[in-house]
Amino acid sequence: MTLNPQNKSYSSPALEFKSTMFSVPVLGVASDDLMLIEQVLNEKIKLAPEFFKHSPVILDFYDLNKKQLTLSLDALLALVRKVGLFVVGVRGGSEEQHQQAIDLGIAVTANTEIKAELPKASKVIAAPKDDDTISDESTTVLITKPIRSGQRIYSHGDLIVLAQVGAGAEILAEGNIHVYGTLRGRALAGVQGNVDARIFCSDLQAELISIAGHYKISDDIQGAVSNTPIQIYLQKNALVIKTIA
Amino acid sequence: MARIIVVTSGKGGVGKTTTSAAISMGLAKKGHKTVVIDFDVGLRNLDLIMGCERRVVYDIINVINGEASINQALIKDKNCNLLSILPASQTRNKDALTQEGVGKILEELSKDFKYIVCDSPAGIEQGAHLAMYFADDAFIVTNPEVSSVRDSDRILGLLSSKSQRAEKNDEPIKEYLILTRYAPERVKSGEMLSLDDVQDILSLDLLGVIPESKSVLTASNSGNPVILDEKSDAGQAYSDIVARYLGETRPHRFIDGKKGLFRKLFGGG
Repeated sequence: MTLNPQNKSYSSPALEFKSTMFSVPVLGVASDDLMLIEQVLNEKIKLAPEFFKHSPVILDFYDLNKKQLTLSLDALLALVRKVGLFVVGVRGGSEEQHQQAIDLGIAVTANTEIKAELPKASKVIAAPKDDDTISDESTTVLITKPIRSGQRIYSHGDLIVLAQVGAGAEILAEGNIHVYGTLRGRALAGVQGNVDARIFCSDLQAELISIAGHYKISDDIQGAVSNTPIQIYLQKNALVIKTIA
Repeated sequence: MARIIVVTSGKGGVGKTTTSAAISMGLAKKGHKTVVIDFDVGLRNLDLIMGCERRVVYDIINVINGEASINQALIKDKNCNLLSILPASQTRNKDALTQEGVGKILEELSKDFKYIVCDSPAGIEQGAHLAMYFADDAFIVTNPEVSSVRDSDRILGLLSSKSQRAEKNDEPIKEYLILTRYAPERVKSGEMLSLDDVQDILSLDLLGVIPESKSVLTASNSGNPVILDEKSDAGQAYSDIVARYLGETRPHRFIDGKKGLFRKLFGGG
C-alpha cells in the first residue's frame, strides 16, 4: 500500500516557517579601495576571531553611493569570503547593485527592517557614556548601595545589586542582572544581544524589563507576584516571568 | 573643622528653608557656633524666615566677587548671638555662584564656626549642586507624597556621585531623612504615604518627623524659626531632630497621631 502524501504531511510537516530574530553584523562600505577594505576587515576580525568565524554579514552600500564611488560586487564578495565571512544580504544600494546581488543569490534587505531588529538594544549601547554611569571593564559589577532615581549602571558582564533599584534608575548589563532588593527602575539584561541573559530579583516592581531587546513595561508585568523572588528569561522570543520556587 | 550640613530635597516647597532655619537655630541654642547660608540666589527667603530681611547689606555673591568681606556679609541673629546668616543675592541668578567661590567661603567659615548649614534651592542645577558639593552631612527633606519621594531619591543619587566626597573617594556624605508635613490621620485614611512607605523607597537614617502644623506658617510669617515656639508640635519635633543629630537618643514622636491629653480634654485641632 502506498502512502498518501497528503496524509503524511499532516502527521509530520516537511517544512515549518518560524520567525526568529538574529543580530547580524552590517559592514558599511565607504571606500572603493579593496586593499584598504581587506586591511580594515582583517584588523577587526583579529579583535574577536571566534565571534567573526563563519559569521553572516550584511553589506551596506549607503555611504559608498553617497560618495558616488563604484565598486565591483563580485570582487567585494570574493574578498569578504576570503576573510571567512558569509554575505547573506545587501542593503542601501542602487537598483542596479540590488539586482546584481539577487542574480548572485544574495538577499536584499530593507533598511528599516534591520534597524527595527534590536530597537532597545541599539539605543542603550550608544547611551551609557553618561556622567552618572558607573562602568567597569571587569566582567561583573557589584553594587552594594541603593541605586537612586536618575542613576545608570552599566556592566560589560553580569551586574549584581545588593540593594534596591529606585524608580527612574536604569541598570544595564551585557550579561545577567541580579537584584537582591526591590527592583523599581528599569533593568535591561543582554543589551548586546545575549538572548540567554536573565534577570533575577527578590521583588519585581520594575518600570521596564528587557532581555536582548525584548521588553515589557510595568503595565504588562502587573500580574506578576510582588514580594517574591522572580526570574525573567527569554523563551521563543517571549519574556517569561516566573517565581523562583 | 566645621561640619557642613546641606538641607536639600530636589522638589520645591517641602520645607527646606523652614528646616534650615530651625536646625541652625537649634544648633546655636545648644551652644554651637553656627552659620546658615542661603544658596537660593534670585529667590532668597531665608532672611524672611529668620526675620533679618531689613538688615541685609551684602550677600554671598558680593563675597564671591570680592566686593565685600565675609564678615561684612554675615548677619548676627537677633535671638541668638551664636548664630549668623549669610544671605543670598536677590538680583542675580544661580550661575553667579562658582565652585571656587563657594569653596573659599566655606573654608573661611570653617575656621570660625562649628556647623555650617547650607539651605539648598529646589532643583538639581548649579545652586543645588554647589549647596551639596562640599557637604559632610545631608538632611533630605521629604513630604509624604510620591513626587517628593522620587525627587529625594534623585538627589540621593547625585549626593553619592557628584559631591566632593564622591569625587575624592572619601567617606560618603552621611544622609538623614526629615519627613515634613506629616499628618497621621491622612496616612490612616490612605491619602498620604506612611513613614514606612517612604522608608521602603529611601531607606535612610530617620532624624525626625515634623507634623503638619499651623505653627510653621505663623512662625515663617513672623520671622521667627519655628523651633523657638517651644509649645508647638513642629517646634518640639525640630528640637528632637537637633538633639538626635548631636547624638542624643530620643523616641520618635508625631508618627502615630495620638492626640495629647490636653487636646483630648479640650478637643483642639
